[in-house]
Amino acid sequence: MEYEPIIGLEVHAQLLTESKIFCGCSTRFGAAPNSNTCPVCLGMPGVLPVLNRKVVEYAIKMALATHCRINRVNSFARKNYFYPDLPKGYQISQYAEPLAEKGHIDIEYDGTRKTIGITRIHMEEDAGKSIHEEDGDSTYVDLNRTGVPLIEIVSEPDMRGPAEGAAYLRRLHEILVYLEICDGNMEEGSFRCDANVSVRPRGTETFGTRTELKNMNSFRNVQLALDYEIQRQIDCLEGGGTVIQETRLWDAQGRVTHSMRGKEEAHDYRYFPEPDLVPVVISPEWIDDVQRGLPELPLEKRDRFVREYGIPPYDAGVLTASRALADYFEEVAKGTGQPKTASNWVMGSVLAAVKEEKIEIAEIPVSSEALAAMIAAIADGTISGKIAKDVFDDMWRTGKDPRVIIEEKGLAQIDDAGAVDAAVDEVLIAHPAQLAEYRAGKEKLFGFFVGQVMKRTQGKANPQIVNDILKKKLLKQ
Amino acid sequence: MSLNELTIHDMRSRLAAGEVTSVEVLEAVYDRINVVDGTINAYTSLMKESAYEAADRADRDLKDGRLKPLSGVPVAVKDILCTEGTRTSCGSRMLEHFIPPYDATVIRRLKEAGAVFVGKTNMDEFAMGSSNETSYFGVTRNPWDRDRIPGGSSGGSAAAVIADECIAAVGSDTGGSIRQPAAHCGVVGLKPTYGRVSRYGLIAFASSLDQVGPLTKDVEDTAIMMNVLAGHDAADSTSVPHPVPDYRENLSRGIEGWTVGIPREYFIEGIDPEITGAIDGVVRTMESLGAECREISLPHSQYCVAAYYIIAPAEASSNLARYDGVRYGFRSSGGETLLDSYKATRSAGFGAEVKRRIMIGTYSLSAGYYDAYYKKASQVRALIKTDFDDAFRTCDVILTPTTPTPAFRIGEKVDDPLQMYLTDIFTLSINLAGVPALSLPCGYSTAGLPLGAQLIAHHFREDKLIQAAAAVESRLPLEKRRPGI
Repeated sequence: MEYEPIIGLEVHAQLLTESKIFCGCSTRFGAAPNSNTCPVCLGMPGVLPVLNRKVVEYAIKMALATHCRINRVNSFARKNYFYPDLPKGYQISQYAEPLAEKGHIDIEYDGTRKTIGITRIHMEEDAGKSIHEEDGDSTYVDLNRTGVPLIEIVSEPDMRGPAEGAAYLRRLHEILVYLEICDGNMEEGSFRCDANVSVRPRGTETFGTRTELKNMNSFRNVQLALDYEIQRQIDCLEGGGTVIQETRLWDAQGRVTHSMRGKEEAHDYRYFPEPDLVPVVISPEWIDDVQRGLPELPLEKRDRFVREYGIPPYDAGVLTASRALADYFEEVAKGTGQPKTASNWVMGSVLAAVKEEKIEIAEIPVSSEALAAMIAAIADGTISGKIAKDVFDDMWRTGKDPRVIIEEKGLAQIDDAGAVDAAVDEVLIAHPAQLAEYRAGKEKLFGFFVGQVMKRTQGKANPQIVNDILKKKLLKQ
Repeated sequence: MSLNELTIHDMRSRLAAGEVTSVEVLEAVYDRINVVDGTINAYTSLMKESAYEAADRADRDLKDGRLKPLSGVPVAVKDILCTEGTRTSCGSRMLEHFIPPYDATVIRRLKEAGAVFVGKTNMDEFAMGSSNETSYFGVTRNPWDRDRIPGGSSGGSAAAVIADECIAAVGSDTGGSIRQPAAHCGVVGLKPTYGRVSRYGLIAFASSLDQVGPLTKDVEDTAIMMNVLAGHDAADSTSVPHPVPDYRENLSRGIEGWTVGIPREYFIEGIDPEITGAIDGVVRTMESLGAECREISLPHSQYCVAAYYIIAPAEASSNLARYDGVRYGFRSSGGETLLDSYKATRSAGFGAEVKRRIMIGTYSLSAGYYDAYYKKASQVRALIKTDFDDAFRTCDVILTPTTPTPAFRIGEKVDDPLQMYLTDIFTLSINLAGVPALSLPCGYSTAGLPLGAQLIAHHFREDKLIQAAAAVESRLPLEKRRPGI
């Protein structure tokens, strides 16, 4: 039988606010354990939470970017469970009245676009970190992360395969980073994903029993875990068994999922309205304000690049992978009026060097103006495309303006026919044997002569002029 | 008259006149504590060192011509309010050695007003009780009859005030915990409107019901204390930024032309006839002051006990989850696994009544029961609030007994939680509705026990409570008695 997988994803994204969601402590990652804490995030007796307004603003941004309906009045609830890294014994989250609901985003997969529904987006606080000692004797608790703001983005079960799931995650990640509300760092846990997976015989309507997958900390692992789990469920059904509703952990080393807890052991979180906070009231003016400050989103930008600059969709996709790269490209394109050439240089030399040196777009040593000037120098014939590669390397290394480099190193193209003429003469005199062979009919030696002339002019001779003069002189008996 | 018997306003005028010093008053207070507190057990800890420093500072301030609202006034603080550097036990073994690194907002405000903290007062464990019998530090005895309870959970604060072991006190009230002990001890106790006083640093029992308020020797002192306690606090999102009036301005305005509602649902079978009699006396007094007393109905009153004992334990079960022995407070050495450690710590760290409420609350919030219990109780709560909203369309204040009986005997109800819960039957609705209420001494039983009248006003109308209480206090033919200890 053929099976169809059904996938829904829950993403937790840490918000890039300076301070925590309910107190003034810093959210900075990597501080000494338990140093970014205060009585409020430590859950001391008698303390009370105060909502960080910036968290709401960031959450509204994501809600607008994913076309959600924002609940103008929404509220917090307590999610109760015991764990040493949860100081209050409950997590302040949103439950019955989340910030936003019923949105969607478009994903691109295999060249086609598909819309994935967003069930809800809500705000909550992160828990601390438990660090279990290798020998299993001790567990240490670091509460620096306690109270760091999160948004949870829950998708509809709209994805039909692991690749679609991965495409959805990449898109969500891209939007969060574009909005500059999340750094998207998966290793540091700023972007975390859980998956709900089930399979059903293709063509049937009802969903199968689902399992929840946890502990997948990269896009690749999400895809691997989904692949594994889908096959596990299919094997289970094919073998006459039934899928059990449970939570399973992905083991990245062993590349398998393990049962973590069954339905019976599932927590009863005893949600109830958080009495220490008043409802969050979001005015239409606030929403408008946030809307006005919203940047162009990746997919819109991609479409516009294709439309406005006439570059291929593939190029547009690469160039809009981050806001910084897209801005860099646009500046170069506008600075030269040659978007396709700009795209070739940015996607080629620039990205290759970025990758080679493992730096951020913001750290590129060649400014967009400088790159535009260099491209202009090619266009007006000052340098050849070949020389341009050397000029670019120099610019990257020294940060100098291309015009300065061209001037200093005398790299400007030799357009003077007299100078080329002299160089051709020298080459012909230096290679009498080849000249004789050519004249005897071995015409493919033409390239050899071009190479020799270019060598003699350090590559600066205008290739067109070299061709013309060589042709003339080679024919001369 | 001994200096520890002074009211705040008496002390202030004597301080201003240079007749006494803060240190002298504080000495008198500690002398009194020395003599009686071995019996009364109103305090769980004393703060002598910081108190003398503060009193000394107040005296120096006075020499420089500065007299703050509570300059040098020895105030007793219920051991539920966090005091930086001073053990805050909440009446529990769980916090027997807990020293907070921060002050509650009301503590800060009192300090800024010049108050001197005498010590922390005894209370029912985590404020769960009506008799101070659930305290881990032993029961507080009623100064009027040491075999009787002082009421609870602010029993230590009420006893300290009437036994002159302080000049004034602060307590907290979740379902009657200021008003009921005030009634049983014969002092004035005010539970402010929910949101009027900051809860920051008040150890939470039931967050949507808890409020901090004063227990004082007379109504004028209540006004002085409220001037200091009330006001918005950015650290408490549920506190309200309404302006705070000067409550002293209402002390002599009288209640002529006022309408006083007497809810028929509060005069139930089983109520002590001596209490009904005393309330009748208050009605006559109010009428003699030119007010019209009329019977009203608060139709959902009968459901208040049921709704309260769903909502309060539900919130408590969550609020008390943090006491797990991991970061602070008591930790049992028993337990191999994490779960065992939690169980051992919470089994030994909490007393029976606290555990009972945690279990009730956990149950009523559980999947499958939430709608039937918590949600239903919240709906009932909304109806109870509507009852008050309706009543205050026509009434200025509402008058009821504070308690159905005078103080009962120690041990009388401790094994019967339901009987114990019913002792708060007249005070619970007020917390559910969030309105303010005040208990005022209004007579004595033939056995010589004080009786209390409860005045209730609409949200943020503490001014009206103080106005009515001051008027009644000035006219009520009530001899000033003091408990003989």
